[in-house]
Formats: sequence, structure tokens, C-alpha cells
Amino acid sequence: MKRLGRMLGVVLVLFVLAAGIGVANISGYLEIKGSDTMVNLGQTWAEAFMDRNPQAVLAVTGGGSGTGIAGLINDNVDIAQSSRSMRPEEMAMARENDVDVYEFVVAQDGLAVSVNQANPRTSFTVAELKAIFTGEITDWAELGWDEGGTITVYSRQSNSGTYVFINENIMDGEDWAPDALFLPGSSAINESVKQNTSGIGYYGVGYVEGVTAVRVALDEDSEAYSPLEREHVDSGRYPIARPLYFYLNGVPEGLAETYLEWILSDEGQEVIADIGFYALTPQYVEANEAVLSEIGLR
Amino acid sequence: MKSVHHGFHWTAAKDRLIAVLLLLVALLTVVFLMLILGFLITRSFPALKEVGLWEFLAGSRWMPSSRTPGYGASRMIYGSFMVAAGALALPVPWGLAIAIYISELAPKPVREVLKPALETLAIFPSVVLGFVGLVLLAPWIARVFDLAHGLTALTGVIMLSIMALPTIVSIAEDAIGSVPQEYREASYALGANKMETILQVVIPAARSGITASIMLGFGRAIGETMTLLMVAGNALSLPVTRVWGVPIPDFLRSVRTLTATIAIEGLDVPWGSLHYHALFVIGTILFTFTFVINLLTDWVLHRWRVED
Repeated sequence: MKRLGRMLGVVLVLFVLAAGIGVANISGYLEIKGSDTMVNLGQTWAEAFMDRNPQAVLAVTGGGSGTGIAGLINDNVDIAQSSRSMRPEEMAMARENDVDVYEFVVAQDGLAVSVNQANPRTSFTVAELKAIFTGEITDWAELGWDEGGTITVYSRQSNSGTYVFINENIMDGEDWAPDALFLPGSSAINESVKQNTSGIGYYGVGYVEGVTAVRVALDEDSEAYSPLEREHVDSGRYPIARPLYFYLNGVPEGLAETYLEWILSDEGQEVIADIGFYALTPQYVEANEAVLSEIGLR
Repeated sequence: MKSVHHGFHWTAAKDRLIAVLLLLVALLTVVFLMLILGFLITRSFPALKEVGLWEFLAGSRWMPSSRTPGYGASRMIYGSFMVAAGALALPVPWGLAIAIYISELAPKPVREVLKPALETLAIFPSVVLGFVGLVLLAPWIARVFDLAHGLTALTGVIMLSIMALPTIVSIAEDAIGSVPQEYREASYALGANKMETILQVVIPAARSGITASIMLGFGRAIGETMTLLMVAGNALSLPVTRVWGVPIPDFLRSVRTLTATIAIEGLDVPWGSLHYHALFVIGTILFTFTFVINLLTDWVLHRWRVED
């Protein structure tokens, strides 16, 4: 009884606060789901937005890009956060369920490949990474580190957009090394690579901590670039930089529109660097503007 | 008199009504089972038609999200059996020893502490045990065996052993405890001591229950998901090593089970796709295994009971 009383009290206080803040503020509820790479970023955005709009409630959860997109297709979420673009067949499935999907790029990730700090190799070509991830090369000795031992590949699981991105862009869709370990999260892989001297893993640059984020070169003749330097991600010189997406369920209106516009605004873009990801380049901003004017929001 | 007579009839009718209701409720579980089975089979069907059952059972390439997908589940079937069988090696002798001790030897106060302690072990959420395995056991395994990482079949087996132990102990203990006292007295009367009585009279008499306890422990292990997903590494390779040319299971390598595959991929798979139906095939395979194990357990219990 006492607890019920207290709960009622809290609700009452919320109502009074809500009334006090006035009607100018946007209110409502948004269900945002998807990429594990983006879950911290999305959470930080949502919290900053809710600080400014106390009547808005945004629920951000992870699970993987595929999970968010599946939720969008089944009309269960308002916004799917995804670290890969939606496939044409997924778009078709959404249309079949009468879900109109609109794509916006909201940030950039210099997808990091990480090795243990004891590893003397800190730079790789895309071809070398492919050979490691597909299991063609299984020992560090083949890469010039004789004491390295057998390579342990740490991968995300197949519901991860990062998994799909690496598989399609580095590995040309070939199969993973049979001994690759599939772990359920970016932090888990970072932690494993930190402890295992022979480990190599990949995840969003925002999760790099206590490991070496290697420099990657497009081929033997190119220079290798680090994902930790913004200019190389912006210019596309870092070969596995990628956009991070919001997929909106229907033409954004009300809270969804306000939230999207805020994220694309300078204020929203400033938050990104705190999490370790990168703000949009002018090209992405232009692409977003084009979508916005197409649906009559410009 | 009349009212009593009337009341009597009313009670009988009410009893019958309650019996019928209970029968309906009981039948409902059978209906649910049939519905689940029907659902599994109908959902599996499109994948079975397109890929073929043989590819699922014998194929070894599981790459359903690849551009050239593979749906071979044989390595996962092997992985599931390997860890479930491995998870019996420790708890069977250990569990039987505990069951014998609790039921035949332990003083009452000890028994009253041991039984609830074991039952508490059974209700631990598997995700908690998985986390313990990931954070404590896996690094320890890596150190002890000098491995690069500790996400191995052995790590999974040890965690599963802890989970299968209560199942085995409680059922075996029931079986041993229900051996009639006269058997023991007859054995003593013939001059046998306590150990001889336990080993040669009580355990043979309780063998059907003991067998059932082992099979149910196996069933528990093969259906376990979360713990293995967290500690076994989920690699797709076949964890065998060759000793003098003979392949034997290698418990120091990573393993992927049927259950972990469903848990990993079931959340994200686009509904209605071939991959989605393929996961239902995996579910049906798993269901068939646990069903057969339960059936065998039942048969064993029944057969030996009649024989006695």
C-alpha cells in the first residue's frame, strides 16, 4: 500500500511537472531498436533529447541491425538503427506489410579492426584481412610475427550489421574461418582481444579500448590509414569506413520528425564525437536533405 | 432425510463435473504438444522441400546469410551431442554418489541441508551461470590448458554438469529411496554389510529410476541454450582431434550447438525467408531428439518395473 502511494505520488509529480513545462514541448513515445554498434550512440542522443524535451519518451534498445530491421518490417518499431543499409528484399518485405521506410544517414563509423597490444603488426591490407577472416591464413607467423601462434578470429553474430558489412566489403561474401568465434557483442570482442595476444576482432570504432585499432590499406601500393583519425574517415581513405543509418517507419511527423531534425542539427551532431564516432560529411548532409525535400519536409 | 438425499446427488454430480473439467485441462496439454509439433513441422516444410532433409542432417556448411547459402546442420548436431554426453561424464558418478549418500547414509540433519541446497542449484537462471562461466571459468580454462582463449566445449561441459547434477541427484535419490525396506533387511539377514547391500541389492533394484535420471539429465543438457551460447564460442568447425589417426572429440575447442544457432539467428531472421524456415527445421530436429530421449526414458522405467 505504501509503495502504491509512493508510485501515485511520483506520477502526480510528473503530471505537475509536465503541466508546468507547458505545451510548447513535444511529447510522445518512440520505440528505437537495432544496431549494437549504435546502441550507446542512440542512448546518448535519446538522453540528450529527453533532457531538452522532458515529455518525450524514447526507448532505445540493441540486439543487432538485423533485429531492428526485422522489427521495422513487422511494424513493431518507429526507428530502426542500422549499421548496414537495408537490402532490397528487406525493403520489399516492408512494402508488403504496408510499412514505408525512409533512410537517413545519421553518423559515420570508421569500422575498426583490432589486435592485442602485444601484436607487432599494426597495419594490414584489405587482402590480408580477408585471408585472416576467411581462414586462409591461420597463423601469425604467416604475417611476419613468428611468436604470435594460431590466430583467433572474433566475429559478431549473423544478426549484426557489422558482421554483414565485413562479410560483404572485406570478404567478398566468402565464408568465415571455420574456427572463428562468434560473440554476442562489440564490448565482448574488445575484451577478448584485450586478453588474448593472438586475437583479432572487428567492431565500431567507438568501442576501441585497450587494444590496437590497426591501420588498413586498400592494397599493397596504398598507404594504410587509421580509423581513429577523422579526416581519413571523412575522405574515405580509410577503406572500411561506413555510414550509420536511421530507418524511419513512415514519413516522420510529430516526435519522430523533431527527433530526426535534432539529430541532423549541429547540436545532435556534436554528441557523436563523445561516443567515438564521426559526424556527417557534407555529402551525407546533402543526401539527407534530398530525402527530406522529396517527402515534403523542406 | 429428503434434503440429505438431494445433497448426496448434488455432490456426486459436482464430483463428476470436476473430474471432467480436470480431464479437459489435462487433455489440453496434449493438444498444446500437438499444436507445437504441427507448427514446427508446417514451418519447417518449405525449407525441407527446397533444401532436403538429407542436406540438413549430413551437410556440414551452415552459412544461411551468405549469398550462396549452406544449410548443413551436422556439425551442430554433433556439437549438441558432444557437450550433452560430456556433461554426463562428471555428474553421473558424482550425482549417484550424492544420491546414495543422501538416501542411504546421511544423518537426517545433513540430508536436510543437502537436498534443498541441490534443489537451489537447479533453479539458478542459466544466463547467470553462463555469465559466471564467461567471466570466471573461461579465463581459468585458458590458463590451465595454455589456450589462447577459454571459450571451449569443456567450459560448456563444466557449466552444464553443474546444471545437470540436481536433475540426476533428485530423481536417482527418489528411485533409491523407494526401494522397499524389506530388500535391505533381507540382505542384512543373509549376512551382507551395508556397502554390499547398497551396491548389490539397492542399486540394482533402483536401476530403472537411475537410468531415467541419467536420461533426463542428458535431455536437460541437450536443450540448454543460454549458457552454451555464452561460453562455448559458437565456432562452426568440427571439434575433433586425431589420435593415431582416429578422430576423437576435442573438448578444448570451441563448439556450436543446435540451440545456440536458433538463439543467435532466430531474432534477426526475416520472417518467411528460407533461413527462417531452416531454423524451424533445426527446432524440429532438436524436438525429435528430446522427444525420443523422453520416450526411451519412459520405456526404460516401464519395462524394468514390469520385470521386477
